[in-house]
Amino acid sequence: MINVQLEADGPITQMDEADLVKSKGSIDNDNEATTWVEYRLASDPNAARAVHRSVHVTLKKQPGVFASGVAASFN
Amino acid sequence: MRKTLISKAVAAAFLLGLGAPIAPLTAPTAEAANTQGMATSFKVEVLNGIHALGTSVVRAGTTPDSFKAALYLASATTGPGNTVYTATGEVSGTNYVAGGVDLTGSPDWIAPTSTGTTAFSTPSNSIVFTTVTLATAFDAVMIYNSTQGNKAVSVHTFGSQTVTAGTFTLTMPTNDATTGLIRIA
Repeated sequence: MINVQLEADGPITQMDEADLVKSKGSIDNDNEATTWVEYRLASDPNAARAVHRSVHVTLKKQPGVFASGVAASFN
Repeated sequence: MRKTLISKAVAAAFLLGLGAPIAPLTAPTAEAANTQGMATSFKVEVLNGIHALGTSVVRAGTTPDSFKAALYLASATTGPGNTVYTATGEVSGTNYVAGGVDLTGSPDWIAPTSTGTTAFSTPSNSIVFTTVTLATAFDAVMIYNSTQGNKAVSVHTFGSQTVTAGTFTLTMPTNDATTGLIRIA
């Protein structure tokens, strides 16, 4: 069973995976490795809105979160 | 001027019968051993709250603080300038509670340590938002200290996402001096 939200702002319910069409995607760059899975109704597989979308982001090196400790020089 | 003084000193030494010439003045060699820099131990201790260079807080004990993570819309302007958690620009949606989720772990962060001259630490576990709908694109998470008045720790960005009746999982980078989530080098 897959959690779905058939309408925006509607309740989250569950549907049998057999009634859904699954698609996956991913991106991989210096900042992150991300995968996502989407489900659409089998009766409307080309719908713009997925009824389920889960995302998994794995952070890599975060260049902006780096403090450089400096001790002042007297000369 | 210096050359003249040296010459006079050498001449005087001979006049006084000292014999051996005085060694010429030279610049110090590169063998000096003192090294300027912030103590690596200090960097780790800052992460552990050991030093208070300014006004600090009264702590109830020595246990680590608790931290939370909140998500922010791609249209928001959350960043290092934020001093505390803010609801401005925070996502909203089904099953998402304002303020986000608690970091899990015991403690929430891997014990700060150092490699070389870099101190670092990373949350102990992934940050997970379970069965939520976040229909408006978001691309940032703020980690903040819920024990210390929600003071901000850091903001991390990623590719813009939405979630529908699903789970958003944020897995932490490898905890080392190169990729640890918080690093002081």
